Amino acid sequence: MRIAPDKVMGLEEAVSRFVPDGAHLALGGFTCNRNPMAAVYEIIRRRRKNLHLYAHSNGQGVDELVGAGCVARIEIAYAGTGRFAPTCIRFRKAIEEGRIAFEDYSNYQMTLRFLAGAMGVPFLPTRSGLGTDILARWGFSEEVRAADPRLPKKKLVVCENPFGDWAETDRVVLVPAIRPDVTLLHVQKAAPDGTCRIAGLAFADMEQARAAHHVVVTCEELVGPEALRDEPERNQIPGVVVDAVVPVPYGAYPTACYRYYDYDPVFLNDYRTAATDERRWAEYLERWVYAMPDHAARIAAVKERLSAIQADPRTGYATGLKR
Amino acid sequence: MEYTRRELMTLAAARKIRDGEIVFCGTGISMLAAMAAKHIYAPNSVIIFETGAVDSRLEEIPLAVGDPRVMYGASSCTGLADAFALMQNPTTGRHVVGILGAAQIDRYGNLNSTAIGEYLHPKVRFSGSGGACDVASFVDRTILFMQHERRKFVNRVDYLTSPGWLDGKDGRRRAGLPGGGPEAVITDLAVMAFDPESREMFLEAWYPGGSPQEVLAHMEFAVDVSRARELEPPSARELKILREVVDPQRLILG
Repeated sequence: MRIAPDKVMGLEEAVSRFVPDGAHLALGGFTCNRNPMAAVYEIIRRRRKNLHLYAHSNGQGVDELVGAGCVARIEIAYAGTGRFAPTCIRFRKAIEEGRIAFEDYSNYQMTLRFLAGAMGVPFLPTRSGLGTDILARWGFSEEVRAADPRLPKKKLVVCENPFGDWAETDRVVLVPAIRPDVTLLHVQKAAPDGTCRIAGLAFADMEQARAAHHVVVTCEELVGPEALRDEPERNQIPGVVVDAVVPVPYGAYPTACYRYYDYDPVFLNDYRTAATDERRWAEYLERWVYAMPDHAARIAAVKERLSAIQADPRTGYATGLKR
Repeated sequence: MEYTRRELMTLAAARKIRDGEIVFCGTGISMLAAMAAKHIYAPNSVIIFETGAVDSRLEEIPLAVGDPRVMYGASSCTGLADAFALMQNPTTGRHVVGILGAAQIDRYGNLNSTAIGEYLHPKVRFSGSGGACDVASFVDRTILFMQHERRKFVNRVDYLTSPGWLDGKDGRRRAGLPGGGPEAVITDLAVMAFDPESREMFLEAWYPGGSPQEVLAHMEFAVDVSRARELEPPSARELKILREVVDPQRLILG
């Protein structure tokens, strides 16, 4: 949250100011769509450590942060990138090799947890998860929870319906609010004050932005201060909740950005091959992240592929793309 | 007419979808089944995705529920909160059929899509629930896709991600869950169903060329086979639509 007419800054400055080591972080987007990838790569390039990640179904961004060793703990509903990686590969390795702490939720539970954070209430109720191990099994011990005031003391709590049998419900699951230190989003259009216009599915971006102490927005297009004011009903995020606005064309690449470009199947397939093998993975990070001065350089390195993923104005994706 | 197991599985699931239903689907073969149903048997069914796309036209097959292709021609495109509310509120939720898959299943249709082995130190880690637990918790009925293998049809799932009939009979009601539960399991060998009283899985139909014995040999637990029959093979019309309209690039049919 920050009130100022002009929050435009570079990605280096935004990450250095708002994503310190140990930050509790949420990423916008979903699986292979509108992940804030430019910001993710900048975090990796700065070799941030001990991040605590809150994810519903963030695919690519989560996998790269986990694979680069930036993440100590993750609360997650789903780690997958569709057909490209039904289970995110570096995430899977990190868990199987005991390198990160993790705790499982469902997508609705995570969405409601962000909404609770946005609303300023300690929890919200749902009927999702009764009778399951998502309720029964904790990923973080009481000691871990007690040691970090940013974590609730309990995972999920089942509660009798305090309204009796109202709405034909005996009991509900209470899901605790999430207040990330920072949420990173990539959107199609933003104004200097942080006003955002998302095209197409917003996923849980609105809840994630409003739940966070700070919000960093990268955008395909930085528009003038008045450009999004003529049709405000098309804007999803008001400027007041945003701290930093960073123009980054192709900022979601290699994931998709509806009405701008599709996901890049070539990159994602190459990524899968790299992620599977330790030596190739180290080479991937060196070549595509550490050795790249910025996202523009990464995009310049794949420029011959960009025409194939340009969005068709009729459909919003690359119609007929070879996948 | 020749056909593949995957084609038969897709059609076996699609045949279970009724006209006028709201079909929740995930990625892969469940999406294919939803599309096949809409094009063949249930033209007034409505496909929805947890990402918030409602009544998608799906001109091309999405490779993930977050794929921008799920938005094409949709009635509305919002977000997760809206999509799950549509499934959870009883007015619309009672008309939702969910199609889910998993790594393990037990005799009551409880699903594991989280981990094999001990949860905190797993032998194999999978993606996790995503929206599967949410769908299994409250929609009217679910259709499940599984590979028919002994290590997948187990006495006890290593982690219960998505509730089926829990411990059978009225187990769901005792746990506080609304609605129905799993109705069928579509595998690469057979179609399984659940007894309306005990809620235990039984064999409904085996695939042409197979047998009940073959099905039983691929499960850790035994099921009743006395009600089983051989499944009708796909018709020329079903195959034509599946191949020419639903997945002409064979992105999921393979």
